[in-house]
Amino acid sequence: MNVLVCISKVPDTTSKIQFTDGNSKFDENGVTWIMNPTDEWYALVRGVEIKEAAGGKVTVINVGDSSNDQIIRKALAIGADAAVRIDANPTDAYFVAGQIAEYAKDKNFDIIITGKETIDYNSGVVASMIAEFLDLPHVSVAEKLELNGNSATITREIEGGSEEVSLETPFVLGANKGLAEQRIPNMRGIMMARKKPIDVIPAYDSVNALTATVQYEPPKPREAVKLVGSAQELVDLLHNEAKAI
Amino acid sequence: MSVLVYIELDGGKIKKSSMEATAYAAAYAKSAGSSVTALALGLADSAELASLGEYGASKVLHLNNAQLDKFDAQVVTKLIADAVAAEGASVVVMSHNYAGKHISGRLSARINAGMVAGANGLPDTTNGFVVKKGCFSGKGFGYFNITSDKKILSIAPNSFTVEKVGGTASVEAFSAEVPANKITVNKQDKMEGGIPLTEAELVVSAGRGLKGPENWGMVEDMAGILGAATACSRPVSDIGWRPHHEHVGQTGIAIAPNLYIAIGISGAIQHLAGVNQSKTIVVINKDPEAPFFKAADYGIVGDAFEVIPQLNEALKNHKANN
Ligand SMILES: Cc1cc2nc3c(=O)[nH]c(=O)nc-3n(C[C@H](O)[C@H](O)[C@H](O)COP(=O)(O)OP(=O)(O)OC[C@H]3O[C@@H](n4cnc5c(N)ncnc54)[C@H](O)[C@@H]3O)c2cc1C
Repeated sequence: MNVLVCISKVPDTTSKIQFTDGNSKFDENGVTWIMNPTDEWYALVRGVEIKEAAGGKVTVINVGDSSNDQIIRKALAIGADAAVRIDANPTDAYFVAGQIAEYAKDKNFDIIITGKETIDYNSGVVASMIAEFLDLPHVSVAEKLELNGNSATITREIEGGSEEVSLETPFVLGANKGLAEQRIPNMRGIMMARKKPIDVIPAYDSVNALTATVQYEPPKPREAVKLVGSAQELVDLLHNEAKAI
Repeated sequence: MSVLVYIELDGGKIKKSSMEATAYAAAYAKSAGSSVTALALGLADSAELASLGEYGASKVLHLNNAQLDKFDAQVVTKLIADAVAAEGASVVVMSHNYAGKHISGRLSARINAGMVAGANGLPDTTNGFVVKKGCFSGKGFGYFNITSDKKILSIAPNSFTVEKVGGTASVEAFSAEVPANKITVNKQDKMEGGIPLTEAELVVSAGRGLKGPENWGMVEDMAGILGAATACSRPVSDIGWRPHHEHVGQTGIAIAPNLYIAIGISGAIQHLAGVNQSKTIVVINKDPEAPFFKAADYGIVGDAFEVIPQLNEALKNHKANN
């Protein structure tokens, strides 16, 4: 199996999110960067498992500048064999997916895996865009994948439950919890990752972003909590004041 | 130049999220001096489809084909693209629910339309086409200008107030070539009764403070009384006390109901990320220092095992009298 795993760099889940320059920019000051959790825990590890079971190769791909090499190295330490970085600013999902699709289109990947959603822009559409660019089927919010030769059975999340589907490779997968268990890179993996190359390529001119960031806004602060003494009092407030029930 | 809205059907019925999308499309269309065409794919009767008029659609294109009841996003995308071309639509609206997440991105790639996924509020067209959406997992909002001619807005569920405008829509058959599905749906495993979390206006959620799955009866009772969906914190679904699809938070589902009641949940930053867009938050926790109180509107400091039965009683009485 020839597997491509798409990874993204995001602020750590505990980061304080702030904006600068009149709320026009995300403030990177003091932010710790991590590999997007669903990319790392589920997409990457499931990709590595596929290779371990069926043989083949796992390539990770990222769109971004050289400051992303740290998360790429981590992906190599977890078990990817090769890495590609498209050296460009990941402006929007369309741009990122389009760049990855341009790279992938003549490489015969059997399975392309992304996390279900990044925790910075929360759009969850990169997998589906890559699939459409490459005219492949895709299944997102996948929580289970069984492979039998080129046939896959996938369980995906739907409203209030799950759905089991089957399809043939090649396809694109958006990975969610359940698909794999998080792996912590070990010393050997970290040492080996140092020797693995990161292939840095320029952006494809044929793909351009279709949106531009105008402005950010912090969430409105909530008023201080009203602590109440009894259940009845709470019900009255929810009915009369909050009008929530 | 109509606005096209994609309608999701479930057993011949229009999903609530699609009514919301229609109302949103109608509000935008009104400001743009345009009209709304809805596209419904699959089995449904005309009366059901015509009811989209109540939400502001003037016309419904219907492709009545049983194959479409088995969801394959690639096929649906192709058909929406056909409808966009047939109608000369420049803006496509749908819900950013599971189906919307599958389709909207594909459609963007297919028709080269810029998109805002999880739009929260109507576009501002005074200077471009600027749409707000939540980002950084509930820790901020961003405003994005869509610069392409065609535009896609998948709207965050429960973010738009639906007002019925009254009226019926004309229903027309839509004909287009339907390619074969590449994905076979084998089976669905859906909760019986109850309200799916992603569509719920009221949510009752509980965490590790409840000690074990056997104690969820009182949580389900509360959900039953309120007509609410149930949710849980991540560790609770990790240990298998509750199903994965109830896990809310940064790495679970992000929700924005009118009311979120959190019982025995500490309020870790990753949990808050998925729920802090809720309109009203109630926290019940025995620890007065629990961080969740800082993010709450109302709170009761107390033992869930005492407070919840009392609250259920009070809610039952309230429901009986209102
Ligand atoms: C990268 C990352 C991503 C994460 N993503 C998520 C996510 O998406 N969603 C999520 O929920 N978590 C997530 N977490 C985990 C998160 O950090 C917390 O560990 C988790 O939310 C805690 O769950 P909890 O509140 O149920 O349990 P605890 O933190 O154990 O809190 C239990 C609470 O119950 C209270 N309690 C105990 N007994 C009673 C009683 N009898 N009556 C009333 N109250 C009682 C306690 O005072 C305490 O506040 C993530 C963590 C990481 C590192």
